[in-house]
Order: sequence, then structure tokens, then C-alpha cells
Amino acid sequence: MTALRSRRRERRGSRPLPSFGLTVAAVLVAAAAALPLVYLFVRAASGGAAAWSVVLRPQTAEVLTRTVALVVVVTAAATVIGGALAWLTERTDLPLRRVWTVAAALPLAVPSYVAALALLATAGPGGALSSSLSLEVTGFTGAALALTLSTYPYVYLLTAAALRRADPALEEAARGLGRSPSAVLREVTLPLVRPAIGAGALLAALYSLSDFGVVSLMRLDVLTRVIFQQYRTLFDRTPAAVLGLLLVVLTVIVLIGEARARGRAAPRAAPTASRPVGPVALGRWRAAAVAFCALVVGLALVLPVGVLIYWIARAETGVGLDAGIVAPALGSLGVSLVAGFAAVLAALPVALLVVRSPRPWTRALERLSYGANALPGVVVALALVFFAARYLGAVYQTLALLLFAYVVRFLPQALSGARTALAGVNPRLEEAARALGRGPRSAFAAVTMPLAAPGLLAGATIVFLSTMKELPMTLLLRPIGFETLATEVWSATSVSAYSRAAPAALLLVAVSAPIVLRMVVRRDGARAEAEALGAG
Amino acid sequence: MSASDPAIPQAMAVETRGLVKAFGAVPAVCEVDLAVPRGELLTVLGPSGCGKTTLLRLIAGFERPDRGEVLVGDLLVAGDGVWIAPERRRIGMVFQDYALFPHLSVEGNVAFGLPRGERGRGRGRTGRARTALELVGLQHKAACLPHQLSGGERQRAALARALAPGPELVLLDEPFSSLDASLRADLRREVELILRDAEATAVLVTHDQEEALSLGDRVAVMREGRIVQLGPPEEVYARPADRWTAGFLGEVNLLSGMCRRGGAVETWLGVFDSPGAGAGRVHLAVRPEQLDLRTDRAVNAEVVEREFRGHDVLYRLRHEVGGKLLVQLPSLELYEVGARVHVRPAAAAVASVVD
Repeated sequence: MTALRSRRRERRGSRPLPSFGLTVAAVLVAAAAALPLVYLFVRAASGGAAAWSVVLRPQTAEVLTRTVALVVVVTAAATVIGGALAWLTERTDLPLRRVWTVAAALPLAVPSYVAALALLATAGPGGALSSSLSLEVTGFTGAALALTLSTYPYVYLLTAAALRRADPALEEAARGLGRSPSAVLREVTLPLVRPAIGAGALLAALYSLSDFGVVSLMRLDVLTRVIFQQYRTLFDRTPAAVLGLLLVVLTVIVLIGEARARGRAAPRAAPTASRPVGPVALGRWRAAAVAFCALVVGLALVLPVGVLIYWIARAETGVGLDAGIVAPALGSLGVSLVAGFAAVLAALPVALLVVRSPRPWTRALERLSYGANALPGVVVALALVFFAARYLGAVYQTLALLLFAYVVRFLPQALSGARTALAGVNPRLEEAARALGRGPRSAFAAVTMPLAAPGLLAGATIVFLSTMKELPMTLLLRPIGFETLATEVWSATSVSAYSRAAPAALLLVAVSAPIVLRMVVRRDGARAEAEALGAG
Repeated sequence: MSASDPAIPQAMAVETRGLVKAFGAVPAVCEVDLAVPRGELLTVLGPSGCGKTTLLRLIAGFERPDRGEVLVGDLLVAGDGVWIAPERRRIGMVFQDYALFPHLSVEGNVAFGLPRGERGRGRGRTGRARTALELVGLQHKAACLPHQLSGGERQRAALARALAPGPELVLLDEPFSSLDASLRADLRREVELILRDAEATAVLVTHDQEEALSLGDRVAVMREGRIVQLGPPEEVYARPADRWTAGFLGEVNLLSGMCRRGGAVETWLGVFDSPGAGAGRVHLAVRPEQLDLRTDRAVNAEVVEREFRGHDVLYRLRHEVGGKLLVQLPSLELYEVGARVHVRPAAAAVASVVD
């Protein structure tokens, strides 16, 4: 045992101490990432008994119950819908399988508040169809529906990827041993993909827990919305910090669940399964299966895009794609580009440190930098508002603070991309460059950077996408007069002028769609990317 | 070919003195003294985990020694408070997995180590990169990317890349281990010719006995971080320093015997020449090919097993006195299993005392 370990150790070689500059940079990044949570604790703790009494108020218990109920309902529904779609597209003779494969994932390009907007416009109070359908989609039902339609793609993508990875021989062996197709599904296929379904479900849970846009549109008082209102309306903002901590606790519970699920996951089989599994014949269920796919894709993709196009086509004055959209579009584009590259730049030292010098303390820095995963946007924004108002008045309501918030919030997405990219570069390559006369920096620039660039760029793209769609942090931290496409949608909807939101919303979808499409078509790294998007 | 006149001090391309490196509590390299004269091809042979790769990495500068010194040419590059970074040691390295830069063409790879002025771009790129490619016969693949090359071509590209800057020394880490067996023998010869052509000094690390013996001017046998024997291949094979080395380099019969005067050892199988044998009881390492079988003498053994290998045959015998013996003979004349034979030392057999 010891001999084996030492041999492995020898082959890997010793791990040189990281350079001083790199260490300092990584420590600074990790400290910045930890700042919001730490300051939230400080602020909440300084509030005293009066502030903490907010926890004991009956309304708080109500809000908490509502929040948990929403998360549970959305997660369950997203799991069933996403799992069913994955099985239908990967394992059955569903007609137009390839079309459904892409269409089922595309709703990722529709920001959840845009989905909510479309639902409200058609079936909400006073919506176009609500009287003829005799139903009103709002409140809990509306929020649950909109969030389910926005989060099922995570479950779908991860489960479909796991199904593609699963060795078809296992399912064939079970058939050979006399199991019926449904028994194979129950006894072999489901256990194989259960870790993937679990991971997708927890992404859906995290998303619905941190969502702010949908619940605001649907006027559902869950934690994120209550925190926002407390902050906006009350003179004493400490209760908001306390509630923010409560939200962090809920998020941490969900994250622990995910860590457990991942810990149980069986080692991934090598992706050798190039042979497709003989599809299960749907028989008389074919029509029902197609109807199910059509309903999901219709509600999640066709409805919102259709409503937006309809509004623009109707083009009353001031609704069309006029000059008013240019400033928010440029604002969105600008901050998203800067945030994307800044996040990757910040992730780089941490990723380099943990890939090159894996030691307990570098792993601790990495974990700190992933800390923002536990922080919904509302909480990050709140903590930074408090912090800036008290210590850094000069940056309060500046673009710098807003960008800082984006980078901290989306650092995990950039970090997972950078880590994978850097770990994928054989360290022998850099040694070869050294032996050929290049210094450490030159070797890094000439060999490692070009090879890691695609992965780093992918990380930047995901942060770009997340920043484009981001709403609560932008609302709380933006400088006065600064607009993005997301805030444009928000301000139109907050005065119930839904159709005025159409140009900005459609632009958001148009920018996101190609990125999501490429991700789905390329298929690789579906998990990493869906995971990263999960924080969106 | 490395035999040198002791009167003329030879210029050393690389030298290590008392080199020590441990990973945690696990020693990898212990007190290694090695001197490789210019133009020599030294092979370092040892089982996996014996520290031979660490030795290479210490010389190249990818590991820092705990103690001891490394000299390249006359220059101290590590030890005694001195540390020269790998990029300034003028050492070429061929990695086990070749480590070709996947984003650069073959020519880009080969030109990578050249001074900026000679690196150039596009068609105008001639000179040393081209010369190196021609040396390994890859000029027609200059524009290819590494993944478009076969295993053997990749290896030659890696060699050209290491040779192009004209290093003081080339280190090769198990360069043939990722190739098919059929390709290995051809490439071994080819690599040797290329290294000789370039008049390069080379240290090649391997766990393959045949490779080490056939390639090296000298062979260093390494075990548990120490060099247990260093010498020309014929010598290392014929006169292993100890039992372990004898067994590691090939099949061997261990016979106990008594020393006689005049460098001979008498065993139960007969008398073996063994120059340098001392006195008293010793063990001899006798190679299977150092024994001979006859049928025209008194029977003293029986063939138990026969392993036909084409060009030769390995017999397992049971000797009436001493038990099991291995005998290797050309496949000209075959003995059947069960044949009763006379076994004795071959005419020119010189066995070595191992303890």
C-alpha cells in the first residue's frame, strides 16, 4: 500500500511551491468571494435582539413555509418532466426525436421572468385567454408553473447525458435475462441515471430558491421577494440581513443535499457507448408522448417567444424595436462582457493554484471561492450594499460595485470552467517548453494558455449569459440611470405594461439562444455547463 | 566505443555527485554518482518505481535534489546553494508520452526551442528546424499537427524537437514504452542512429532489459534509488554485481561452489572459469546459454520442460544432484521432454561470483 502510494507519488513528481504573486492573487480573490457572506453575518449579528425577532414573527414562518413549498413543488415537477423528456428522447421511438432533443433544452434561453411574463399575459389576471380558459395563473400556481418550465431543462440535460453515457450492454443484458422493457427501466436504467437526475433536481431547487423575478411578477411572498421589500421599504435594514441569512441556510441545506448525491454517484463509466440502445416501442402511447412533448415545449418556448413576437408585430407606438432599446442593450452587453472576462481573470489564479499545487490550503481557497454558490443574488447585493454604504461610500451605486457583485456571484461558473480547462493541459507540456529554454511565464503563455483558452472562453460565455439575465443584483446595485435589458423588462412589468417589455425580452432571448443551442448540439460538458447556468 | 584512454581526462556532459531525493519519507534517489562523457549513450535500467525517472527529472531540473550536485558540462546547475532553472540548462528531453504541443505543427514544435530569430513563421522557416526534421526523416510531415502522426512519427518529432536547439545532453524517459512491440525494435535502432548522427550525449531510462543492453554504450542498473552496477552491457550481463542484478537482466542459474586457485570455481556441475573469485564458498550466476547438453556422456539430468522460442530453445532440467537447471541452446538440435542427457559448462563459459 505504502509502496504503491509512494510509486504514484514519484511518478507525479513533487509539487513545487506556488509562486508568491499567484498565492497573493488567489487569496485576494477568495477573500473577495467570501466578503458578502462574512459581512452579512457581521451585519445580522450586530442587529441585536430586535433584528432577530423578525425570525420569530408568524409572517416569517408563513414566508418560510411558502418558500419551501414552492421549492419542493418546482423541484418535483421539473424532475418528472425533465426525466420523462430525457427518457423519451434517448430511449424510445418517439417521432421527431432529434427535434425534441434540441427543443426540450432551448427554454434555457428564455429568462424565467420572461416565461412568467408570457404566462401572465395569456392566462394571468386579465390575460388574453384567462376568461375563455376560466383560470387565472398567478400567485403560487403561476410561480410554480413558470419556474418549472424554466428549470426542467437542467434535469433533462443532465439525465439525457447520463442516458447517453450509460453502457447499452447493461440494458441489453437485463433484457437477455428475461426482464420486460418496463422492468429494465425500473431496475437498470433508473438506478444508472439516478445521480444525474438528483443533480438536476438540486439545480432546479437552487434556482427556485434564489429566483427573484418570477416570484415578484407573480406577487408571491417568498424569502427573496420579502428580503427585497424589507430592504426597499423599511428604514432599519438589519431585518433584511437576518432574513438573508435564513435564505443562505436554506441554500446550504440544498447544497449539502447535492454534495451527498454526488458522493453516492457511481464512478462514471468511460463513454464507450457509441452503439445506440434499441429504442423502446411506444406503441399506442406514441400520440400521448408527442402531445406531452408538444405541451411542455409549447408552454416553455413557443408561448413566450410567440407572445413577444406578437407584441412587437402589433407594434403600437413605443413598443417596437426603437431607439429606446439601444442604451439598455449596450448597458447589458458592456457589463456582461466585462463581467465575463473579469470573472475568468479572477478565477485563473485560484484554478491554477489548486490544479498545480493541490494542498489542503489551496483546496480551502477554492472552496471559499465557490462560496457564492450558497448566495442568492439578492443576498450578495444586500451584503454589498451594506458594506459599501458603511465602508466604501465612494463606490456605492457605481458600475464598479455592480461588476464586483457579478464577479463574486458568478465566480463559481468561471472557476469550474477554468479548473477543467487547466487540468486538461498535461503538465509535461509546460515542462517540455521549459526544457526547450522557455522561462515559466513564457512557457505558460506559449503552451498552457492557448490550450486552455477554449475552456476559459466557455467559462466567460456562461458568466456573460448569466449577467445578461441577472435581475436582483442589478436592481439593487446599479448606478442611477443605468439600464440593462433585464431592468428594462422589470420596469415595464412593474407598471403592468407587459407589452412594453417585449423588445428587451426578445433581445435577451435572441442573445441567449445561439449560446444554448451550441451547448446542446455539442452535447459535451452538458453537466458542467448546466450546473454553471444553474446559478443564473 | 566509449572506451577511453585513462591518460586523457574526458569531458563530461553530465555528472551527478551524491544525489539524494526523497518524496516525504520515501527515498526515490539515494547517493547517485554518475558521470556521462560527451558522445556517450547511457541507459539507466531498473524496475518501475526504482527512481530512474526521478533521476532524469533531477538532471533536467524539474525536481530539486535534497542533497548532492548536478553538473552539466562544467557548470554546476544544482546543489551547494546553486539552482539553475530547467530552461537554462541546455538539456533536451523526450518525455514518455512525448508531450508534443497539440496546438502547434510538427515544425512549430521543433522550432519551439530555437532562438526567436530562428523560429520564424511560414515558408521562410528553414535552417535548424528543417535540419532537425531531416535528421529524423519527418520533413514531409512538417505541417502536420501531432495528432495526425503515427506513434513512431510522434516519437521522432519529439526527438527532433529535443535535438534542434543543440543541447549539451538529451534525456529520454522510457521513449519506446508506448509503442507496439513490432515497432519498438526498428525505432530503437533508428533512434540510436539519429543520436549518433547528431553526436549527442544521451541518457535513456527504461525498464526493458533488451532495450538497455542493445542501446547503451554503458548500462546503469538501478534498484531502490541506488545504482547497483554501471558498465558496458556485455559486462553487466556477463558479470552482474549481485544476485538481484543477475536475475533482473535475464534468466540465471545460481550455483554454489568452492573457489580454487587461478580464478576457478568448482561446483557440483563442474568447474567454471571465474576470474577474480576470492576464496571459500561462493555463489555463481550461470546464464542458461553458458551450459551445454550432450548425449554421449554419462547421464546426469533429465529434460522436464521445453520452451521453443524459434531461434533458440530453453530447457528446464532436473539434475540428479543439484535439482532444477535452465539451459538455452540454439534450435539446431532438439531434445524431447523426458530425454536423459549430460549437462556441463559450455566451452567458453565464464561465470561470475554474485556473493
